[in-house]
Amino acid sequence: MPKSRPKHLNLLTIRFPVMAVVSGMHRISGAVLFLFLPLFLWLWQETLGSRESFETFRSVVSNPLMKIILLGLLWGYLHHLCAGIRHLALDLHLGIELAAARASSVAVLVASIGLTVIAGVALW
Amino acid sequence: MVKREVVGAHYGLRDWLAQRVTAVVMTVYTLLFLVALASLPQLDYAHWKALWALPVMRYATVLFALSLLLHAWIGVRNIFMDYIKPTGLRLTLHAVVILTLVWYAAWAAQILWGI
Repeated sequence: MPKSRPKHLNLLTIRFPVMAVVSGMHRISGAVLFLFLPLFLWLWQETLGSRESFETFRSVVSNPLMKIILLGLLWGYLHHLCAGIRHLALDLHLGIELAAARASSVAVLVASIGLTVIAGVALW
Repeated sequence: MVKREVVGAHYGLRDWLAQRVTAVVMTVYTLLFLVALASLPQLDYAHWKALWALPVMRYATVLFALSLLLHAWIGVRNIFMDYIKPTGLRLTLHAVVILTLVWYAAWAAQILWGI
């Protein structure tokens, strides 16, 4: 493999197309969701343990800081879900033209943020 | 002596498929869970507990949890394969993730069926 090929991999000078942004966010959101699995398991455990632990859960999730963290994780879940559905469509060769791929990437961003805002308003 | 490298084991297609099948399982579960949640007359401890006492809820959640753990394993492993170059470190991290996910599976079973 020749080593003299030009490389343009400086992350600070690359301007990413929206598809690349959505793809990168898919990976980051997946990693973050993985890292927060213990939190989800613990919260789930508290809801089902006993009446007292259910109340503990209630007070934990009503903490404003915790609400912001959980809302951020909800956004991560929704982004990962929407971007994943887009991936499945691409696998089926749906929307693989440049214009369609760009439009579906924007749709993923809008849908996941929109759903997060709706859920945030409903839960807050 | 043949110099072997810890890459190219030809499990790509299988994992590609597993990633998509588990994703569909989790998507369907998410939608059904929201329906179940919305159908509760009231979101209090008694109704919440009763929902999780249903066998269908428990077994659907087992399917969801196992899908999630397999999905997480493939995803995290792919991230490590992309960014962690030293083989020893990468395989150590793989082992840590596998053990962690197995622990989470036991934890989920404990939550679902009580102690």
